[in-house]
Amino acid sequence: MSSLTHAPARAGQVSPAPPRRRRKLRGDEIGKILFVLPAGIAMALLFGYPVVKNLTMSLQDYSLQTFFTGEAPWVGLANYVDVVTDPIFGQAMLNTGLFTAGSILFQFVIGLALALFFKQHFPLSATLRGLLLLPWLLPLIVSSATWRAILEQDSGILNRFLGVFGVEPIGWLVSPSIALIAVIGVNIWIGIPFNTTLLYSGVQAIPDELYEAGSLDGATHWKAFRYITWPSLRPVVSVVLILGVVYTLKVLDIILGLTGGGPANATQTLATQSYQRSFVDFEFGHGAALSNILIVISMVFAVVYLRRGRHAADE
Amino acid sequence: MKRHMVMAAGGMSAALVLAACSGGGDGTDADTGEVSSLSVLDYYNNDPDNSLIQAGLDRCAEELGVTLERETVPGGDLIQTVLQQASSQTLPDVLMLDNPDVQQIAETGALVPLDENGVSTEGFAQGVIDASTFDGHVYGLQPVANTLALFYNTDILADEGVEPPTTWDELREAAAALTEGDQYGISFSAINTYEGSWQFLPPMWTNGGDETELTSPEVAEALQLWVDLVESGSASESVINWSQGDAKDQFMAGRAAMMVNGPWNIPSMNEMPDVNWDVVQFPVNDPSQTPVAPLGGEAWTVPVTGDEASQAVAVDFVECLNTPEQQLDWAVSRYTIPTRTDLAEDFLAERPEMAAFAEQVANARSRTGQLGPEWPDAATVIYEAIQLALTGQASADEAFAQASAR
Repeated sequence: MSSLTHAPARAGQVSPAPPRRRRKLRGDEIGKILFVLPAGIAMALLFGYPVVKNLTMSLQDYSLQTFFTGEAPWVGLANYVDVVTDPIFGQAMLNTGLFTAGSILFQFVIGLALALFFKQHFPLSATLRGLLLLPWLLPLIVSSATWRAILEQDSGILNRFLGVFGVEPIGWLVSPSIALIAVIGVNIWIGIPFNTTLLYSGVQAIPDELYEAGSLDGATHWKAFRYITWPSLRPVVSVVLILGVVYTLKVLDIILGLTGGGPANATQTLATQSYQRSFVDFEFGHGAALSNILIVISMVFAVVYLRRGRHAADE
Repeated sequence: MKRHMVMAAGGMSAALVLAACSGGGDGTDADTGEVSSLSVLDYYNNDPDNSLIQAGLDRCAEELGVTLERETVPGGDLIQTVLQQASSQTLPDVLMLDNPDVQQIAETGALVPLDENGVSTEGFAQGVIDASTFDGHVYGLQPVANTLALFYNTDILADEGVEPPTTWDELREAAAALTEGDQYGISFSAINTYEGSWQFLPPMWTNGGDETELTSPEVAEALQLWVDLVESGSASESVINWSQGDAKDQFMAGRAAMMVNGPWNIPSMNEMPDVNWDVVQFPVNDPSQTPVAPLGGEAWTVPVTGDEASQAVAVDFVECLNTPEQQLDWAVSRYTIPTRTDLAEDFLAERPEMAAFAEQVANARSRTGQLGPEWPDAATVIYEAIQLALTGQASADEAFAQASAR
């Protein structure tokens, strides 16, 4: 979409070029297409097919039977109506929003703080940065199992630790009012390396000369950050935030591993609901409808990302 | 589409060749009408079960003169694997299914009715046959069964001078008396999966509750028992996040004096000889009641592969897995209960510690006996209600109404 609105405007500036260019390029076109073709086929198979399949599935009564009989009657938008009117849907939407916003906010702020911290050179800085990647490298199933043990109410190490200070045991994963916070906390822990790594590379790319010049003008510490680091970092920041949102919206493993969407649906998100409908209840039409809703939400952010990327390339 | 053609053709005499072609992928060789191998799919992927099952399968394979191609998948992946195989027409010749799933799969038309192929179900416990029956036909045979009962730590109960409870009041009192420090009186699973629903069935059914009417006072009363145990602190609040494996870990670690659990844990419990335990049937609410527990275990079925020759051998194979000798062998080695009721005596002579379970199985009900393929919906309402009540979001009286509204 953005390319359509964009291209003519730019072409207009170059004025008479387009018609001539089109004619001239016709000879090369076959060669170009041949270069693009393998990628196009791969995209169609790996992305196009599942997306189309998911779309058609969401319009069908796709059940256990379908796998055996191959019959999946068309039901129009009934699946969408069903999942949206389900009382859990509102809670799942709210939880998805809270989970995403909470995760992104803290992942980003902590990630940025760490990136700036590691910009300063000090002994073992590289080693520490390497260690910081650990949460990212661990399989999610291991992370969630480990955190589940840590957050366990009676014998978990966190409550034991807090107990030293006289804090009563907290039901991290068993209290409906706390479970979502605990799950977000674990997801923040998992997401920090991603944020730190990208932001650190952004920080590294800022020329030292800027800071030297800035310090002559009296821009140090907070002012240096405000007027040098932040503006220089902005393209990286938008990439980190948008990718972070898209990744976080579809987080599934961590929630399933920690709470399974419980207690009493307190940590149910669109992603866990979609999983539940498809692979526990075997109502694949409902599951597909939910995941399509999720895809549309993600796409809003993806489009913003693509537009940003285009601007950056244009600049 | 292709499947229809194959199945329709299966009835015709000329179809065997066609069917054999389509069945080529599942490891059968029906070209000559001679079946030399059977493919088997099950979820006994961990030892000791894995090798004990293998021994039984091998015995029957030898008896029928076929070789086996056995595939095992983790329990949670079985149905997904079956669905994938169904859509690619590569279902195995012999398929093991968890008994509450048999009717759902039978409903799809994927299974061969065993009773129409001369398999007799005489002598089997009725609950077992109910679980494998759909629309009047038997689709699976279950050699051994398991169920739930109340395990207790004999040392802890003796130290505290507490007798194993036989009624709910005694259960509440015992659990409270056994709760101190790091140790809870009882552990069980109230997790938000079918596992949590399954663990709730002993109190629910024993009290006369029924899955066809979940908003009845009998069901609410049973839920109140769970609520009381948690609210009084006799059970951890974490039970809403515990699987049965977690409940067992708590018991084995000495952090619970009693637990609701099944005999499949016994082999691993025997590896920790420091913990002395015994088992009683799940207590009753009113002394006039009989403990009723859910029937667990797996049935062996024969999928419709279109290859009639292989299907016939597979039916014989399933029958072989259910002979009295094979039932006893698996029951004794795997700490499960033979489903032929007349084997109880022989079995208990070898495994006296299984007495409570054997009694419990005699009165056990199958989960799908009443609702059939609709059971998963009821099971979902049950665990949702448990979660609502145990987290204090609804009273035990209102929880089921609230959960069924969803």
